[in-house]
Amino acid sequence: MASEVVVLGGGVGGTMCANLIAKHSQGRAHVTVVDATGNHVYQPGFLYVAVGKEKPATLQHPEKSLLRPAVSLVVDRASRVDPAAQTVLLESGRTLRYDQLLLATGSRTVMEEVPGAKDVHDFYTMDGAIRLFEALKTFEGGTIVLGVAGIPYKCPPAPVEFVFLLDDYLRARGVREKSQIKLLSPLNRAFTIEATSKLVQPILAERGIELTGFFNVESVDPVAKTVTSLEGETVDYDLLVLVPPHRGQKVIEDSGLGDERGWVPVDKNTLKHTNFEHIWAIGDTTNIPISKSGSVAHYEASVAAAEISAAAKGEPAPAHVYDGKVMCFLETGQGQATTIRFDYDHPPVSPTPSRLWHWAKLLFNKTYWHTVPQGRLP
Amino acid sequence: MSITIAKSLDLKGLSCPLPIIKTAKAMKELAPGELLEAFATDPGAVPDFKAWSQTTGNALVESSESGGVYRFVLKKKEI
Repeated sequence: MASEVVVLGGGVGGTMCANLIAKHSQGRAHVTVVDATGNHVYQPGFLYVAVGKEKPATLQHPEKSLLRPAVSLVVDRASRVDPAAQTVLLESGRTLRYDQLLLATGSRTVMEEVPGAKDVHDFYTMDGAIRLFEALKTFEGGTIVLGVAGIPYKCPPAPVEFVFLLDDYLRARGVREKSQIKLLSPLNRAFTIEATSKLVQPILAERGIELTGFFNVESVDPVAKTVTSLEGETVDYDLLVLVPPHRGQKVIEDSGLGDERGWVPVDKNTLKHTNFEHIWAIGDTTNIPISKSGSVAHYEASVAAAEISAAAKGEPAPAHVYDGKVMCFLETGQGQATTIRFDYDHPPVSPTPSRLWHWAKLLFNKTYWHTVPQGRLP
Repeated sequence: MSITIAKSLDLKGLSCPLPIIKTAKAMKELAPGELLEAFATDPGAVPDFKAWSQTTGNALVESSESGGVYRFVLKKKEI
């Protein structure tokens, strides 16, 4: 009898992993993807929606169209996992039994954790990105502030990319001279990685983007239009964009599968749950201290697929493990970009920003739908 | 002179910038003059704690290392 493999979450990691398991297991595993919406969203595109460079419709495809025919899709929300009984309870009341379970539920944003930030802008959800672009379209000058309200957050380069793309957008609209852009950074540099900061900071200065270091957002006063840091500093704004705090999904927290923020503890190489048998996790879902990004989910998916396929077939675990590989693009505006590449054993490197990397990023965004979910890119 | 630590933070295994953020949060709870100690394993924490102390005015009274674990002691600034 075929093993029952259940994948929670139809994002980059879950979709790619489900397809690879179906491919590798040669009929010895039946894979079911559970996704709350049945709609696959390309989240890296939110950044572009926020500055009007991408249409929301182009960032969404039906999940079913991205899955191999042998993979079943259940459009429902997982509400509870019982690791002892090896079952997943769905919101509809249906129960799925599993032999192997992959948690690829990702992260959720919780802006409500920041006092006063209820109506603040963000580009970490589709709705947030659409609303932010609406506000930018009618922005006639003033101070736009970007702050970080919690670590970890998805796509570490995104805040820096956003201020560069915002600079381009305001210039194109002819309101840049009447505007100030302020980037509030958790550290005393633009980006966590020192080498990348050194590359990016002169460009920020050149574009007239003001960097304030050690500003960890604590609260917002929407009436006075000020944002205050844990360090005790206060900054005025006309339009405030925050990177919201993130946490794991509710089903992880409700099922006791994660830590106090809902991140799932896994072995950083095999991606197996530290405390429970037959469970793996990938992407934003895990507690691995590495970027929460599509690229991590992508690289981890092939490892988890090999692990789960072997388990489903009753074979020993494969030798290939996740080595901490991360590859991110970072837009620096004016049609240029750089990349950041590293793994557990190699420190980050970033090439000088150029048009080449900008075009590579756009090409990747376009070809994503035909390559990544299917597991066609290594 | 005996030094009393008002609060101790275990930041081992966390990577930057989490140690700084957790420290900034914890420092808010301290009264002026009180000491906070923090243990971290991320080597990047050494320059980060130094710079954070200089920027915020909370003195870094100690920065040491033993067996791969860094220990920092910060003194909450007087208002």
